[in-house]
Amino acid sequence: MSDIKREPPTEYILLRHHEIANIDRLDIYRKHGGFDAFQQTVTNMQPDEVTTEVKISGLRGRGGAGFPTGLKWSFVDQHNWPHYVVANADESEPGTFKDREIMEMNPLQFLEGVAICAYAIQAKTAYVYLRGEFWDIAESLDRHISELEAAGLLGENLFGTLYSLRIITHLGAGAYICGEETALLESMEGKLGQPRMRPPFPPSYGLYGKPTVVNNVETLTNLPSIITHGGEWYSKIGTEKSTGNKVFSLSGHVERPGNYELPLGTTFRELIFEQGGGIPNGRGIKAIMPAGASSSLIVATEEALDTPMDYESVPNLGAELGSASVIVVDDSVSIPWLINKTIHFFKHESCGKCTPCREGNYWMVHLTERIDSGQASAEDVELLRDVAEQIKGKCLCALGEFSIEAVLSGIERFPADFNQTVAD
Amino acid sequence: MTMSDTIRKTVTLQIDGVSVTVPEGTLIVDAAKRAGIDIPVFCYHPKMEPVGMCRMCLVEVGRTVIDRATGELVLEEDGSPSVQFGPKLETACTTPVSEGMVVLGASDKARQGREDIVEFILTSHPLDCPICDKGGECSLQNLTMGYGPGESRYLYDEKKHFDKNVPLGELIFLDRERCIQCGRCVRFQDEIVDDPVIGFFNRGRALEIVTYSEPGFDSYFSGNTSDICPVGALTTADFRFKARPWEMNSAASICTQCPVGCNLTFNVRREAASGGNWVVKRVMPRQNEGVNEIWICDKGRFGHHYAGHPERLTQPLVRRDGELTEASWDEALELVADRFRLAGDDLLTLAGGRLSNEDLFNLRQLTDGMGGRKVLYSTMAGGNLTAKYGMAPGSNFADMGPETAILVVASDLEEEAPIWWLRVKQAAERGAKLIVLNPRPTKLERVAEYILRYPYGAESAAVLAMMNVVSAQHLDLPEAVQNLARSSELKAAAEVFTGAENGVLIFGSEGVGLEGSRVLAEACANLLTITNHIGRPNNGLLGVWQRANDQGAWDMGFSPVLDLESELQASSAIYIVAADPAGDDPSLVSETHKFLVVQDLYLTPTARLADVILPVQAWTEREGTYTSGERRVQRFYPAVRETSNVLEDFAVAGKIGELLSLDLETRLAGRVFNRIAEEVPDYGGLSYSKLAEVVEQWPIVGRGDLYYGGTTYENAQGLGIQLPNSEHEADDSPVWQDVPLIDIPRLGLLAFPITRLYDGGTTLLPSQLLHQRIAEPFVVLNPHDANRLHLPLNSSVLVSLADKPAVIASVQFDESLPERVILVPRSFGLPINGPMPVEVKLAR
Repeated sequence: MSDIKREPPTEYILLRHHEIANIDRLDIYRKHGGFDAFQQTVTNMQPDEVTTEVKISGLRGRGGAGFPTGLKWSFVDQHNWPHYVVANADESEPGTFKDREIMEMNPLQFLEGVAICAYAIQAKTAYVYLRGEFWDIAESLDRHISELEAAGLLGENLFGTLYSLRIITHLGAGAYICGEETALLESMEGKLGQPRMRPPFPPSYGLYGKPTVVNNVETLTNLPSIITHGGEWYSKIGTEKSTGNKVFSLSGHVERPGNYELPLGTTFRELIFEQGGGIPNGRGIKAIMPAGASSSLIVATEEALDTPMDYESVPNLGAELGSASVIVVDDSVSIPWLINKTIHFFKHESCGKCTPCREGNYWMVHLTERIDSGQASAEDVELLRDVAEQIKGKCLCALGEFSIEAVLSGIERFPADFNQTVAD
Repeated sequence: MTMSDTIRKTVTLQIDGVSVTVPEGTLIVDAAKRAGIDIPVFCYHPKMEPVGMCRMCLVEVGRTVIDRATGELVLEEDGSPSVQFGPKLETACTTPVSEGMVVLGASDKARQGREDIVEFILTSHPLDCPICDKGGECSLQNLTMGYGPGESRYLYDEKKHFDKNVPLGELIFLDRERCIQCGRCVRFQDEIVDDPVIGFFNRGRALEIVTYSEPGFDSYFSGNTSDICPVGALTTADFRFKARPWEMNSAASICTQCPVGCNLTFNVRREAASGGNWVVKRVMPRQNEGVNEIWICDKGRFGHHYAGHPERLTQPLVRRDGELTEASWDEALELVADRFRLAGDDLLTLAGGRLSNEDLFNLRQLTDGMGGRKVLYSTMAGGNLTAKYGMAPGSNFADMGPETAILVVASDLEEEAPIWWLRVKQAAERGAKLIVLNPRPTKLERVAEYILRYPYGAESAAVLAMMNVVSAQHLDLPEAVQNLARSSELKAAAEVFTGAENGVLIFGSEGVGLEGSRVLAEACANLLTITNHIGRPNNGLLGVWQRANDQGAWDMGFSPVLDLESELQASSAIYIVAADPAGDDPSLVSETHKFLVVQDLYLTPTARLADVILPVQAWTEREGTYTSGERRVQRFYPAVRETSNVLEDFAVAGKIGELLSLDLETRLAGRVFNRIAEEVPDYGGLSYSKLAEVVEQWPIVGRGDLYYGGTTYENAQGLGIQLPNSEHEADDSPVWQDVPLIDIPRLGLLAFPITRLYDGGTTLLPSQLLHQRIAEPFVVLNPHDANRLHLPLNSSVLVSLADKPAVIASVQFDESLPERVILVPRSFGLPINGPMPVEVKLAR
């Protein structure tokens, strides 16, 4: 389909600033094929051909849920107009900092991805919803957008066609819940950031009640390469069901924390020990949280370390890959201390809309505080488990359901840590 | 039931072993309710969109399985459809039913889920039931008893405490720690009444209800939130800490504040603080889905205090040597009868629309018996036309949708009749074509399909302009509406109204006096006749009357007169009942009248001029019937014991009649009503027992579960009966008369009357609670006029209407007003009864 062929990149699809200096400059980005893919879609492809190509690529949402991107686009209601694209740049999961690097260092590729998605669903307006703390990124994106408009790469009648596109940035006000796509849409509409009831899902009822695709920054940033090199090419990277590269945000007890772009299916061992340089101070690795605070705790056995990081394999360890923000926990850490931290976070970020999350996290904070500070009994640990079980499966959105992952897995998989605190 | 309901597909499912058949799209929670199975809820309310927040209604849901390859149902060995249950409990309030669905609401898993949720809610609840107004009628209390854990595992010391005394406005108080964040109040204000003046602030456990408006919680419907609040978080200033639910009796009544006829329940008790008397402690809606559904406005809820006010008259008064002195009933009545006998056909009875049908009937019998004249105290005409062309039996705003067009002329409907505003708005939201024809913007326009403006004073001409679009006969139009008549909007609106299957025409009194009202009503009746919107349900004419029972008064033969002042002057005996003309315009009544009898609750300005004053019972103390604007005859019942030594209005009139040898019923309202049924054709066949009939209504409210209506009461005392259209001949259709047009003067100012819900009327002022909402007397004018006359905003001015004495008012601006037009509110002490010249100058 594409007649602009160039050599597939050897290493980077997303963090291309590692290969190309100043890729955030339009002239440099253009020199390396920037916006050729978008021009290609607008001038030579039908919208559904773009969606088909993305389906072929096997690209899955990088925000955490791993939902097939092309499939999501194909759900957009064609009988209800206008359509909108919203780039989810609310990156708030503790331990996740990949979207930030992409938007800071390779912003034009991200914006090109937004544009390709918009064309695919025939949206004439696309929004970038950034967490409130990303005000500086929003400013720089605004500058890039103006530059693209001046260059005729965004705006009216693009490339001499009837297609027009505006991209608008929007800052949130600092709420984790607004990363949940329906809460994000509420927030964009100027309302309190609380998730909506689903169904209906955004592709049928989204922003202002109109069909909307909400995609993560990283997901969108993949699109130019998929268009340029073809979905087939992309689908060969990674594993059979988890295709492509992923930016892993590595943090915690590692020598070299940071973002690492690796094919899906890379093992934890490769990421933590080869790329990240292993655990500092000669300590042993105790646990891994593969999806930030929303993770179950993986016991860092040899078997676990050799598990490929993809959407299918991580569940075998009783966890999810999620946004692939890998937090490494060494053997100095007490698990009750750790879950006290995560529960404080969820209690602080619970939007309060549904009862189990609002009340349950508040209750769990009291319990984890007491357990962590050694003022609790074994019954309190049981109660904590009960409360977490009581939240499970009853919440309105995923935030509440994720809040208990670390608690339940921590109590189940690290009983010695709890025995120790309640015994003291 | 509308057409769309009858053709809707049905779905059959099993809930706790009971087979239930309901329309497609019904939510599980409602399907269960219809089958008599309770699925507990907090946040769900059948009048609002589901949100699935509280998670109380968790149930197990099993669905039939479709074989993907064949598209057929997967069957069990025994041939029954295979049913698959999901791993999680689901919220019954957000899940629509499907064919073959199996719902388990009483399984261990579902019961455990509910217990879990109740335990969570109670962790943050103060459990201060012993001092909570909602104690005894609280959903949380009931559901805790039904589903909650016996004891809490949450440490009491770890409870977070919040303010218990947060005024959202002066009418509604919030107890933050009782709030369970269900959002019913927020959604009610947003979805139902379109006053989104309260909302959630903050998040998590800090989530709280706040008000965004100034004054706080600025809405005519705020009190309803205290009814639907499932806990004691929202309470009214009227009832807060005033009584416990179980100490009170309840009595059914009808609101007297406007012609909607909202069904009410009074909660009453006998208390030491009131000298051992029975008193009304609070007013709540009583369900009537054909009238007010389960809502009432704040005027109806908080404006009841006039009935129990200490300044009520308790003794007949007779003027002796110029002084009003106490007299016995026999003495007073004999004096009145003697003077009425003397006056003969020179008797004039002036009655107010606050009176019941029974009162008005006896007044009619008395007045007719003497050959006197019956006058209704009102500046609106057309009650004879609404009787003939009014909405036919079976009409219900709730059934109106895309097939219906609603035309509202000369009315600020939310100010004149808030619940009609609400119901028209909801009909428009369901797709009814709403056409608003008014000289200035109103809140109703937010949902209107066509908004048409006419110059002040040209309301009838504007209706005529619509008629010209659709009738073969073209009438001459005055210059003032030529632009409107030529507009494509008007043409489109007229065609939509004509083409609609059903058409309702609502006319009010915005900017209109009695003379204009008479012509307007005729114009409206003509439009309905030529568009064939009469004589069928959901079609016809509706007058937004100024008093609750104006329609009943018309039906009993009372009608207003153009020159009331002359009529009064010309009569040798005047009998004024439930009206205060001197209060509205001191020049109307004077002590020079030959013999003046005033029958009222208070010593009104009119009563002060009387020769005899006859005290009567308030509507809370007795029974009777009112006829609403929709011509629904409804009963009200005694709620509190009568104040000693006062009688019902009908009994007083009856006793005077008896002394004049007339055959009148004086003892029981029900027996007076039987006579009405015999003598007033439209009321034929009606009786108190028929008016007390009820049928089951949806949603089911007011029962022990308290889920849906909260403290809204179930209606067990009667839904009332809609009257048939009065008989009229085929050629009896109203004839077009002259088109009156009020010309705006080139010099000077012309005043037009408007209506405010919270006015300075004698039946509202005794409700102290509403004083902050009642404006000072005011006039509204264009800033250019004000500038020309050197009248700053909010300045005090002397307002001289026609040749009447000047009254002080403050100046408000409205840039949308045309020059030389000034708006003057009714019942604020400014003597306005229609468009009239006015002079305004700065008060020194």
